[in-house]
Amino acid sequence: MRLTLKIWRQAGPTVAGRLVEYIEDHVSPDMSFLEMLDVVNEGLIKKGEDAIAFDSDCREGICGMCSLVVNGVPHGPDRGTTVCQLHMRRFKDGDTITIEPWRAAAFPVVKDLVVDRGAFDRIIAAGGYVSFNCGGAPDGNAIPIPKDIADVAMDSAACIGCGACVAACKNASAHLFMSAKISQLALLPQGQPERYRRVTAMVAQADAEGFGSCSNEGECEAVCPKEIPISNIARMTREYVKAALTASK
Amino acid sequence: MTLDAKIPGGAIVEKWDRHKFEMKLVNPANKRKYTIIVVGTGLAGASAAASLGELGYNVLNVCIHDSPRRAHSIAAQGGINAAKNYQNDGDSAYRLFYDTVKGGDYRSREANVYRLAQLSVNIIDQCVAQGVPFAREYGGLLDNRSFGGAQVSRTFYARGQTGQQLLLGAYQSLMRQVHAKTVTMFTRREMLDLVIVDGKARGIVARNLTTGEIERYAGDAVILATGGYGTCYYLSTNAVNSNVTAAWRAHKRGALFANPCFTQIHPTCIPVSGDHQSKLTLMSESLRNDGRVWVPKQKGDTRRPEQIPEAERDYYLERKYPSFGNLVPRDVASRNAKQVCDDGQGVGDSGLAVYLDFKDAINRLGVDVIREKYGNLFQMYHKITDEDAYTVPMRIYPAMHYAMGGLWVDYNLMSTVPGLHVLGEANFSDHGANRLGASALMQGLADGYFVIPYTIGHYLASAPLPKVTTDHAAFKEAADNVQGRITKLLSVKGSRGIREIHRELGRIMWDDVGMARTEASLSRALQAIPKLRDEFWQSVSVPGTPDNLNQSLEYAGRVADYLEFAELLALDALERRESCGGHFREESQTPEGEALRDDANFTYVAAWEFTGVGRKPEVHKEPLTFEEVHPTQRSYK
Ligand SMILES: Cc1cc2nc3c(=O)[nH]c(=O)nc-3n(C[C@H](O)[C@H](O)[C@H](O)COP(=O)(O)OP(=O)(O)OC[C@H]3O[C@@H](n4cnc5c(N)ncnc54)[C@H](O)[C@@H]3O)c2cc1C
Ligand code: FES
Repeated sequence: MRLTLKIWRQAGPTVAGRLVEYIEDHVSPDMSFLEMLDVVNEGLIKKGEDAIAFDSDCREGICGMCSLVVNGVPHGPDRGTTVCQLHMRRFKDGDTITIEPWRAAAFPVVKDLVVDRGAFDRIIAAGGYVSFNCGGAPDGNAIPIPKDIADVAMDSAACIGCGACVAACKNASAHLFMSAKISQLALLPQGQPERYRRVTAMVAQADAEGFGSCSNEGECEAVCPKEIPISNIARMTREYVKAALTASK
Repeated sequence: MTLDAKIPGGAIVEKWDRHKFEMKLVNPANKRKYTIIVVGTGLAGASAAASLGELGYNVLNVCIHDSPRRAHSIAAQGGINAAKNYQNDGDSAYRLFYDTVKGGDYRSREANVYRLAQLSVNIIDQCVAQGVPFAREYGGLLDNRSFGGAQVSRTFYARGQTGQQLLLGAYQSLMRQVHAKTVTMFTRREMLDLVIVDGKARGIVARNLTTGEIERYAGDAVILATGGYGTCYYLSTNAVNSNVTAAWRAHKRGALFANPCFTQIHPTCIPVSGDHQSKLTLMSESLRNDGRVWVPKQKGDTRRPEQIPEAERDYYLERKYPSFGNLVPRDVASRNAKQVCDDGQGVGDSGLAVYLDFKDAINRLGVDVIREKYGNLFQMYHKITDEDAYTVPMRIYPAMHYAMGGLWVDYNLMSTVPGLHVLGEANFSDHGANRLGASALMQGLADGYFVIPYTIGHYLASAPLPKVTTDHAAFKEAADNVQGRITKLLSVKGSRGIREIHRELGRIMWDDVGMARTEASLSRALQAIPKLRDEFWQSVSVPGTPDNLNQSLEYAGRVADYLEFAELLALDALERRESCGGHFREESQTPEGEALRDDANFTYVAAWEFTGVGRKPEVHKEPLTFEEVHPTQRSYK
């Protein structure tokens, strides 16, 4: 396959970037999207030109490192798929593909297609855990948890923290990301003692990081590679309201 | 140099308790005065950093990723073992210990393995308390499954994402400590040298991957939890940033490297499809619980699988190993897959694949049960191959997966460099010549949550540790060393791609140091590797500058280290003239073609000392003694 690629190049966080066009002739339909970029880079490297910076690690859809906007859609056209799992058989010979980084004020570009998602870590640090020191944990079976509850908690816990939800949202809201963790811990007995403190602290941190608010557009759910449902946001909102009520008592 | 494993005295079941009592403690008020550098945030690193932070130490934690949550541990699918005996099927710490020593083909240290089995139960409790959403039964209790090589159900899992959930649990505890300011996190940093002052590990030099700055970190002890070296084979199931760099640089500073030839080839991976491929995807071994492995009986049979009648299929694992069947350990399953493919019975375009068939399981249990158990794996398979494994059998083939070898450590997880501790896949300690499924997660977390918090305290309390700052001459020397190497990489300005050279190294390793090794193949590799290394330094192209994010430079540095390390791996394989576990020397096999150990001559750990690039390293042997589990020929018939 022959493709025309328009790729965002930006030398550093403080300089302006632009789309640069590359023609790639050696694309096989069995390649993954990132392997296609590897081939482009291999060509650049052999010519001594600076390779296109992009993040990836596991290349199987679980680490959340890859983060490309393909033709305007975070992670590209396939539903429930990270861009590292997207395959070139999804495209046709002669296609033009635009590749850009996540765009959100809270995710500044580091270089080319690489952004800084440290804000997500800081949201978790604000309260996305069970406060518990290693040591004296009770037996794992001491508290039975109904299977259906454990399953829903697992659905929420499946978030890979890639940030596609933020990149897709016109408000650059981190609600889907945040609500997934809040839901998981609010559903499980272990999360109860800090339930309200957690939601309050995490939401405050997200505000401080400059993420926007949620206006129920649903783009986040549509691009989420793990198909985390937007019902998590509704749960988070309820938790948040309850937290406010509990605090004012 | 004599290797002292510092194994405590007493009966095996008492050693750890006794040792815990005998170790020195650091006064709680003094803990914050000690700085511990933790490199890595996988299961081993994150659990260690979090636990040490909770104890009150001042922890500096570095990792190469943009977030600690992305460490390669996140990709583990199948599960984690623990001797809980929740299923009442006869499990115990002793049985887990026994299985692990036997599974490792009697090349691991009994005392370490027993401790691991003992601690396994605490790990599950710890993770449940963190809110890890393990799979549960309808009654609300934790569910278990059996996993490759075990006859009891002791594997805990969270759908097909066990590693993810365990790592997020550890990561959350870690972020809690970051919030509490006991741990300072440094992301996008790559450790490039170890700093030794007065014979003790006192710091590291790292490159800030976004600014290119060479940074110095000083402390009282260093913990490496930097994962395994599977990507030495280029194609592997490991994440693409996995590397041997941190361990190798520590090795060059004096830490012995143990059993590098003990590598694990995983039997159930999606086969290679072409040259462009950057990694191989694992299909969790749990699939072997319900999938049946087969190939056509007839060589070169090109019919589609559904056209091949039952009588013309060879379910070779069930045939050869009636009691374990499809659940034989990984090394056995991998070798047999290679054998049938070498014999011309392989399937798919390349002939380098076997079928893993779910038809019977779907008929027996229904498609919903199979979807519930393995849905995400089938989906992943579909994305990569465009095939639906609910209707056609999966095609699988072995791939490089795990490193049992690693930096040598004693019972306290300390390397031969005082103060340098090594945890998780980066050390060599518990799996001998073959790791059982679901045991790496267990080991990483045991090391980080339950071993190092005690043993490092003992080290700190025992060693006089005068204050060292980053302006010490040893830091300058290390930083200059790192800088020099970076400058050298950037100044070759050749025309060969880094990936191209890495791929070539991978081919040498897979063909000649892979599943079946011979004197001839290993000697060939030992000729080819230094040649490729020279070529690299003469003709590699590393574009860009050192003062910003430069992924080519990062990658070139890692490949350069692999080009040195690969030689050690091949040499170790050559000198171990026996087969054991994942190390199969064709010259040493039973009449049935199984791995044949040579206990009289090789019951030892080979720990290698660096003597210079291209110079023969010196081997030191730690003899292994077996007081509990008597070595026998492993049999899974
Ligand atoms: C696909 C797959 C599935 C698996 N499934 C299972 C399973 O089901 N059960 C099981 O028990 N095991 C499984 N394993 C094995 C297991 O996942 C690993 O052995 C284990 O997670 C390793 O953990 P670790 O903490 O030692 O290292 P890793 O998780 O690899 O972490 C390494 C850390 O070190 C950092 N690092 C590396 N180099 C440097 C450097 N130079 N400077 C700074 N930081 C550095 C990285 O950023 C990372 O944080 C699987 C492995 C794979 C590949
Ligand atoms: S690279 Fe890990 S999710 Fe894409």
